[in-house]
Amino acid sequence: MTRLLGLTAVTTAFALSLYGLITIVIGVRTRRPHLVRSGRRAAYANFAMLAVATVAMIYALVMHDFSVSYVAQVGSRSTPVFFTVISLWSALEGSILFWGLVLAAYTAAATFFTRDRLGALGSYATATMLAVGSFFYLLLVGPANPFRLVSPLPLDGPGPNPLLQNHPLMAVHPPLLYLGYVGMTVPFAFAIGALLSGRLDDTWLKETRRWTVTAWMFLSLAIIAGMWWSYEVLGWGGYWAWDPVENASFMPWLTATAFLHSMMVQERRGMLKVWNLSLIVSTFLLTILGTFLTRSGVLSSVHAFTQGNIGYFFLGFIAVALIFSLMLLAGRSSELHSEGKLDSPLSRETAFMGNNLLFSVFTFTVLLGTLFPLVAEALRDEKVSVGGPFYNQMTLPLCAALLFLVGVGPVLPWRAASVKEVKKKLILPGVAFLLAIIASFALGARHPYALLAFGFAAFAMVCNVGEFVIGAQARRRAHGESALTALGRLIVSNNRRYGGYIAHIGIIIVAVGIAASSTYSVEKEATLRPNQTLAVGDYTLRFRQLWGEEQPHRFVVGAQIDLLRGTKEVGRIDPRLNYYDSQEEPVTTPAVRTRFTHDLYVNLMAFDRDAGHATFAVWIKPLVGWIWTGGLIVALGALVGALPLQKRRQVTAARPTEVVAA
Amino acid sequence: MNKRRVLLIAGALIILGGFGYLIYGGIGSNLVFFLTPAELHAMVQEKGPQVHKIPMRLGGMVVAGSVKWDADNLDLRFTLADRSHTYAVHSKGAPPQMFKEGQGVIVEGTLSSTNVFESTNLMVKHSNEYRAPAGNGAKPRDMYKSLIREDK
Repeated sequence: MTRLLGLTAVTTAFALSLYGLITIVIGVRTRRPHLVRSGRRAAYANFAMLAVATVAMIYALVMHDFSVSYVAQVGSRSTPVFFTVISLWSALEGSILFWGLVLAAYTAAATFFTRDRLGALGSYATATMLAVGSFFYLLLVGPANPFRLVSPLPLDGPGPNPLLQNHPLMAVHPPLLYLGYVGMTVPFAFAIGALLSGRLDDTWLKETRRWTVTAWMFLSLAIIAGMWWSYEVLGWGGYWAWDPVENASFMPWLTATAFLHSMMVQERRGMLKVWNLSLIVSTFLLTILGTFLTRSGVLSSVHAFTQGNIGYFFLGFIAVALIFSLMLLAGRSSELHSEGKLDSPLSRETAFMGNNLLFSVFTFTVLLGTLFPLVAEALRDEKVSVGGPFYNQMTLPLCAALLFLVGVGPVLPWRAASVKEVKKKLILPGVAFLLAIIASFALGARHPYALLAFGFAAFAMVCNVGEFVIGAQARRRAHGESALTALGRLIVSNNRRYGGYIAHIGIIIVAVGIAASSTYSVEKEATLRPNQTLAVGDYTLRFRQLWGEEQPHRFVVGAQIDLLRGTKEVGRIDPRLNYYDSQEEPVTTPAVRTRFTHDLYVNLMAFDRDAGHATFAVWIKPLVGWIWTGGLIVALGALVGALPLQKRRQVTAARPTEVVAA
Repeated sequence: MNKRRVLLIAGALIILGGFGYLIYGGIGSNLVFFLTPAELHAMVQEKGPQVHKIPMRLGGMVVAGSVKWDADNLDLRFTLADRSHTYAVHSKGAPPQMFKEGQGVIVEGTLSSTNVFESTNLMVKHSNEYRAPAGNGAKPRDMYKSLIREDK
């Protein structure tokens, strides 16, 4: 029953998306507004259908209805309810269903909020989102159908992949990633809408800015949550390995970040029109490429669920979207001329262009490293992977340069800066740069890139914080406000700008955390017998005993360790190994003790039950907590920037031709 | 097109070109090869002493009776084999809990000049199907039951 309901819902959604796509295109072309309205209603109905299908799936999961193929694949009677619900996205079919739900929600919402305002541009945007939707709903009816009938009825299932039910972050990372990834469809759709309708001014940019910033916020949080998950579950003491699946989430973030900056150049100066369209098309295509890489099984990882033929669907879709977008861009290129020109090399425009150049090269590097192994295997039949040193070698100089621009950009005015003024503004940050390098050197830092990172971080921090100080002081003088009121009103008065600076501050903190933790961590491994101790840095670990605990869905083996600093006991930690019934290898739960200046990270590597000894890997990693905190500040900045705090600027009334089309 | 624009584009092209060159060289010198013992053997025949510089991952089975594990010094030696060839592996550091004879493993490192594979990282090959551990046929739940205590 549940199965049929779900199946009917996704099939209807597929039909509706095709119906909406066709009626809107015909409606706009033949100027029949009732057709466009009907297509729009299909977009709303689509969301209802996907909501029904998702609720049906969750219901089937919770009720252990093993006649539904997806439930038989990931369900288990012993899995706790919480992990049963989130196993919605723990395998291919469910994750595509969830993707479809998010896409349908974005489509319905973006259509609703822009209806009757944007004429043909908005209608084509809805049609584009429905076209993307029809691809995903096709997957749901075809190769990724989660509602297939299972017969004979199994009594129980294997449960979700143990790695995916070992930590609550699994409830956070995938939804955030989908909200970020899928959210990029909205600005892409409006870009296509602009190209199709010929309304090539910055309307599409302005209309989608909040959507882009919101999607970017989710994507940033998703990447940070993914790093955190890797750190808390995989037990290798790290959070980023330049693994292709990590790169898949990172590449659209890079192009989207570039886009967030270059769109301002177009809004302010009417420049970079083709570039902005290309950037958002690239961002969208990279999200689909990322899904292809992680979901098709071309890469072996925890994300690769199947070895089916779904990869060909994705490749086909990427090819069609790429060719279609390029043809549209080429067709309109003569109409996309620049209104402004670069007045001076010393201006914010230049800083943004430098930012864009660096982000593009960054994306290209990561893309090449990610795809190279696939190409090598296809062409030369060699199994290779591109090592971490390649990425570090290539991207560390880019990161340093970007960190410098994070500071310089806000300081430079639009159009042209006077050298004198810039010099004056950069004195304090310059001093901070030198002081930070001297201080880190005195503290023992020797790695050149780490020194550079700390220096530029201090530089950029002073630049960005300085903008708040200068602005708040001006308000205090002008309005006689208290410092806090002035700061609050300053942010509200131009939330877009100051939200951006808050995000900058977050990024700087993340950069410092990464630079410190990747260059100055201490690692030790040892086998300990009960009551033996191990000294690592300031800490002494005393291994007490092994313990076991029976849980419904797993068996936990833990090692009790007393933690001492000097002779003072400061706590107890219990790194664990979790044995799930569905898998022979245990999943680790390292003990992580986070402090402001460092993390103590202890992983139980192996144990001998009979001899009672256990082997541990211990890391002391400086400033890891800064990465998570900085990530939250980045998201906060994006949120501040996306909030509708200012009065909406009146959008010019639709032109007569568009009224007809609407 | 004015002069400044030409300069700008030329500058961008030079930077991109330089970077392209760097990327090309960077990938070439940072490739990690995935090999089986037989493929490694073929590579040794083909490349000679050059092979000792190439970072690689070697995958195979741990030969029964070959494991020598010194828990106190975290020193591990074993033999890795596929159907036709074997290589001696030396690894510093603790092996993962699942490491055992007959297990499929992947070691990351280089082949030393004495033809011992020096591993810096040892990974157990994951299998998604549950197979009862060889020998006693018990699940971890039963194997480690004695570890359950009241006072934990």
